[in-house]
Amino acid sequence: MLSRLCRTTPPRNLFRKRFISSTTSRNSDALFVHRDTPYNNPKIAFEFNAENLKRAQSIISNYPPQYKKAAVIPLLDLGQRQNRGWTSISVMNYVANLLKMPPMRVYEVATFYTMFNREPIGEHFVQVCTTTPCMLRGSTEILNTVCEHLGNIKPGQTTKDGKFTVIEVECQGACSNAPMLVVGDDFYEDLTPQTTRKILDSFKKGEKPKPGPQTGRQTSENSAGLTALNTKPYGPGEFCQPDFQ
Amino acid sequence: MFKSSAPSTALLRTTPRISRPFRAKLRTSRSLATVADPPVRRYGGLKDQDRIFTNAYCRHDHGIKGAMSRGDWHRTKDILLKGDSWIIQSIKDSGLRGRGGAGFPSGLKWSFMNKPGWEKDPRPRYLVINADEGEPGTCKDREILRGDPHKLIEGCLVAGRSMNATAAYIYIRGEFYQEASHVQQAINEAYAAGFLGKDACGSGYSFDVYVHRGAGAYICGEETALIESIEGKQGKPRLKPPFPADVGLFGCPTTVANVETVAVAPTICRRGSSWFAGFGRARNQGTKLFCISGHVNNPCVVEEEMSIPLKDLIEKHCGGVIGGWDNLLGIIPGGSSVPVIPKDVCAEVLMDYDSLKDAQSGLGTGAVIVMDKSTDIVSAIARFSQFYKHESCGQCTPCREGTTWMMNMMDRMVEGRGHVREIDMLLELTKQVEGRTICALGDAAAWPIQGLMRHFRPEVERRIADFRSVNGAVGFGGHLASAADDTLALPDNLGLRLTADGDAKIAAPQAQA
Repeated sequence: MLSRLCRTTPPRNLFRKRFISSTTSRNSDALFVHRDTPYNNPKIAFEFNAENLKRAQSIISNYPPQYKKAAVIPLLDLGQRQNRGWTSISVMNYVANLLKMPPMRVYEVATFYTMFNREPIGEHFVQVCTTTPCMLRGSTEILNTVCEHLGNIKPGQTTKDGKFTVIEVECQGACSNAPMLVVGDDFYEDLTPQTTRKILDSFKKGEKPKPGPQTGRQTSENSAGLTALNTKPYGPGEFCQPDFQ
Repeated sequence: MFKSSAPSTALLRTTPRISRPFRAKLRTSRSLATVADPPVRRYGGLKDQDRIFTNAYCRHDHGIKGAMSRGDWHRTKDILLKGDSWIIQSIKDSGLRGRGGAGFPSGLKWSFMNKPGWEKDPRPRYLVINADEGEPGTCKDREILRGDPHKLIEGCLVAGRSMNATAAYIYIRGEFYQEASHVQQAINEAYAAGFLGKDACGSGYSFDVYVHRGAGAYICGEETALIESIEGKQGKPRLKPPFPADVGLFGCPTTVANVETVAVAPTICRRGSSWFAGFGRARNQGTKLFCISGHVNNPCVVEEEMSIPLKDLIEKHCGGVIGGWDNLLGIIPGGSSVPVIPKDVCAEVLMDYDSLKDAQSGLGTGAVIVMDKSTDIVSAIARFSQFYKHESCGQCTPCREGTTWMMNMMDRMVEGRGHVREIDMLLELTKQVEGRTICALGDAAAWPIQGLMRHFRPEVERRIADFRSVNGAVGFGGHLASAADDTLALPDNLGLRLTADGDAKIAAPQAQA
């Protein structure tokens, strides 16, 4: 059928010229170049508030004075927190200025690390882990539940009221507590579709649900009863060599 | 005398009980002086008194008071005063191997910092702790960071003393916010108590510890990428040599070590290297945090003896595989970057570096990912390929292009859209990536696929055959023969005219639609 269609249309080289650069550019999951927009352009001023400036100074003092730029990742993170969860071009320029480094070096860092959002995000940043250990425990279902419950949005999108942004992330390092999702800085673990909905509902109401496992276990112990560390921990000097008793 | 011995020789010939040792002697090559078979030792069953991370489940106070009541900071001054060579010798004797995945002997690694004439080098010296735990399946360092942060800080001091470091940077992945705040709290408490800073613990040795939070990049778990990241650059691994022990963080001698490796050091020093070396098989000694995830009834993180049989670990601490052991399909024993092992191997393999290496896999970080028969194994491994594609830093071409390519091929393999010959092409691709990159991420991306094809190739072939039976001939790259434009000359290298089993014999031309 396809071949017949080809025969009826004029030969393709009549209207289609091929250039060396004719393939479309394929971006990663985010745009890596900056384009000025009304909400993100260098003219919008950004400055650390007094508290963050003090913090920034103490972070900078952790590194040798000639390597001030080592503080770029912590400072960008600080700036992102102050700027409602995303790193605008102004934040990057301000950090570059503060650390006396070329702005390009800051842009490089901000585009490399996935935790810097270069587009505005919602009030609650929901990150669902979908890597294999979580996938085995049903993270696909959790992701679908989250997307459905927030009004049929897709991963990467923000709800219309600007309250939630959902993304799919790679392993967050809580595999024994899979499946899990992260809201802001807090881990919500051992999820089922029901508990996921409950968590999102309480965020919608403006409450903050208790982070951690949602099944009642405390951290990553065996949920059917402890198989290790069920006795009182030994004290200082116990079982030590004679020199250290 | 002769008379009395005669009946006993007759007894020798007739009773099988006495002839047994002779048979045993033939079977094993053992010296003539040995009388009995050595007892077979079963590993595992670590007691609580031998566990190092006593607050791994955060059931007690993680602050300095709780930590001291559990034996942390107990006579640390005496450890420091014993000197660098004593600490390194203790670590060497204990047989501790790096817990971050590569399994390099830690004592040896730390000794690289004290080269002859190191005192004349005016540069500062750094210890960097790798807490950028991002390997899928791994969640052990998290429990140390939030439950036992003082063990890590004390470990920094002891390990730092052994390599005469001036400061330690703890690189914690950005996602671990709560964990980073626990560590920061522990550092502040330790400074307040005089355990860190100038004259640490009153030993006259000056040492600082800083926390550095990352921002989400798996590649920063590679030691040189981690150094680049602390320096405020993109986390792209450096070429070695020069090794970090010569030119590392800020151009100074540096050693990068895993959280678990460093955190066990003070306890080894206090309880003695022979105590630690008493666990596990030779060259695989010690205790280890294992994190079990996936299809087990109760996934958990647990500290156990090295060389514990994998089956025991799962049955004892995790309530077994969902649906029973017979429902097991395969296990990835050491995090995403080691090959999968099938059920029959799982039943006898021991959880240590050498046993898993013999099973063509690896201990990695001790992250056990269990998959039962309900698992779509191809899509599970394809998800790993996606992970590596996402996390490749893009510096070396074989990895940047190879991971994308592998992901695309694996995604097609999930539904079977491909030709049987492409399995070998994919394997060749993995061989082309493996060992041709600066860091091990390329290898890590290649190994899961190689493991899949080694043990589950029939499953992949079945999917390809199924897809072909529904959709007709499929060429290389997933192109359907039915969608081909037959007005154009089709080159043979598209594979559209190959038979299903991949013979070069050209299949009969298909009838026109």
